[in-house]
Amino acid sequence: MIEIRGLYKNFGSQQVLKGINLDINDGEIFTLLGGSGGGKSVFLKNVIGLLTPDGGSIKIDGEEIVGLKQKNLTKIQTKFGMLFQGGALFDSLTVGENVAFGLRRLTDFSDNKIRGLVIDYLEMVNLKGVEDKLPESLSIGMKRRVALARAIATSPKYIFYDEPTTGLDPITTDVISDLFLELQQKLKPTSVMVTHDLQTAYKVSDRIALLYDGVIVEVSTTEAFKKSTNPHVVKFIEGSSKGLLSEKNKD
Amino acid sequence: MIRHNPAEMFMEQIEAAAHGIGGAVYMVKTVLGLLFDKPDDTRNIFKQMVRVGVDSMPIVLLSSLFTGMVLALQSGVASIKVFDEAIFIGTLVSFSMVLELGPVLTAMVLAGRVGASITAEIGTMKVTEQIDALYTLGTTPEKYLAVPLFIATIIMLPVVTLIADVTGIAGGYVVAIKAFDIPGSVYRNDILTHLQIVHFVHGLVKSVFFAFIIVTVSCYKGFTTAGGAEGVGRSTTRAVVISMILILTLDYFLSTLLNVLGII
Repeated sequence: MIEIRGLYKNFGSQQVLKGINLDINDGEIFTLLGGSGGGKSVFLKNVIGLLTPDGGSIKIDGEEIVGLKQKNLTKIQTKFGMLFQGGALFDSLTVGENVAFGLRRLTDFSDNKIRGLVIDYLEMVNLKGVEDKLPESLSIGMKRRVALARAIATSPKYIFYDEPTTGLDPITTDVISDLFLELQQKLKPTSVMVTHDLQTAYKVSDRIALLYDGVIVEVSTTEAFKKSTNPHVVKFIEGSSKGLLSEKNKD
Repeated sequence: MIRHNPAEMFMEQIEAAAHGIGGAVYMVKTVLGLLFDKPDDTRNIFKQMVRVGVDSMPIVLLSSLFTGMVLALQSGVASIKVFDEAIFIGTLVSFSMVLELGPVLTAMVLAGRVGASITAEIGTMKVTEQIDALYTLGTTPEKYLAVPLFIATIIMLPVVTLIADVTGIAGGYVVAIKAFDIPGSVYRNDILTHLQIVHFVHGLVKSVFFAFIIVTVSCYKGFTTAGGAEGVGRSTTRAVVISMILILTLDYFLSTLLNVLGII
């Protein structure tokens, strides 16, 4: 379980997260919605320990990670698999080496077993015969799927998805969403997705939260979120800039 | 925020420099702590040794060969003007190459060639989140990237320097024989009579320090890159310029220290 209390993050004089309180339960698919540049990725990176919060507490399975030394933090970070926005595949390594990267460091498996697992995980994301290709020769959708295979290869307890469908066409977006649900059924991790793609959020999430102006303004089940009367949620769903922008301008 | 007050701008620069030095020291401390751990990927160390050493050979050989040749040419001409004959060319070329030009020139070439490529590679990994990905895959950027580069550069720069020394002396030999009709045995004698192992040690000690500068600055500038492709370009340029300035500055102080210690 992930417990977040009073999470603050600033970049210089800019306050990005202004006291986030949130619990993410084991085994659920949790989606954080929010506008572009609203601090969603910053939130994920704080939870995973890639950024250091300016205040607050983050507990992973009861263990506080804020203020932890990198050596101890690294152990906790291996509980996470992350699908980065741009894939973040190591471009000097082949697809196969990318997927095997975590397995080589976090398991004692033999080379043969790792090779077999790489093929299995690539098949799981509907990719075949690409092990020896370099990431640069793949399309964006294929890169995301390889990145997903790399993220799940070490069987992490938590999988974080940073804008998994941004920049993809509607059909590939749907393929990724289906894949997401398929993997959730097979592997049963706790999944946290940040996105501004409502359709994907509705299709895959158990619970949805809305981040607005550095704070969580709504957390509810997917069905309750759709029916929410919270003005921020209504504006976000309608895609209307009225009200929200004028409020921002006031600030 | 735009600042117009020169004093404020100056203080900001000082603050940024102090922040940079602190960050680089912390990175070096982390790398040194990991140096004797089980390597993340042994093959990567050898790959980096090839990148730093073997791949740099053509440009190092070319620059040291012509440096030795021009040294012999200028010293021969000057010697004829002063003494009416070309004397001590071998001594001058060998001392210049082994004590100064070999280590400094090789370090400058590697700062430009290898240092730039290290910063550009790590910087690109930083802006494309590949550095962040390392943390979730059982390693850290220091362990996976910096440690192999530190080992490779600190081993290979002295080796390449030694080869540059010999190449420069060989270049001087060719010019001494062809341009000034000096017998080969005289050139060799000039070298063997005066040049000792300690002079090579002097040059190699310097090259170890220069290697440390190149790899520290390049890795640190790569890890702190921000701002997309433009940021990568900026970091790369800064890494090369800072490395070169530090090499030239440290060269003077190291020469003084080694003289005081009698390593000359």
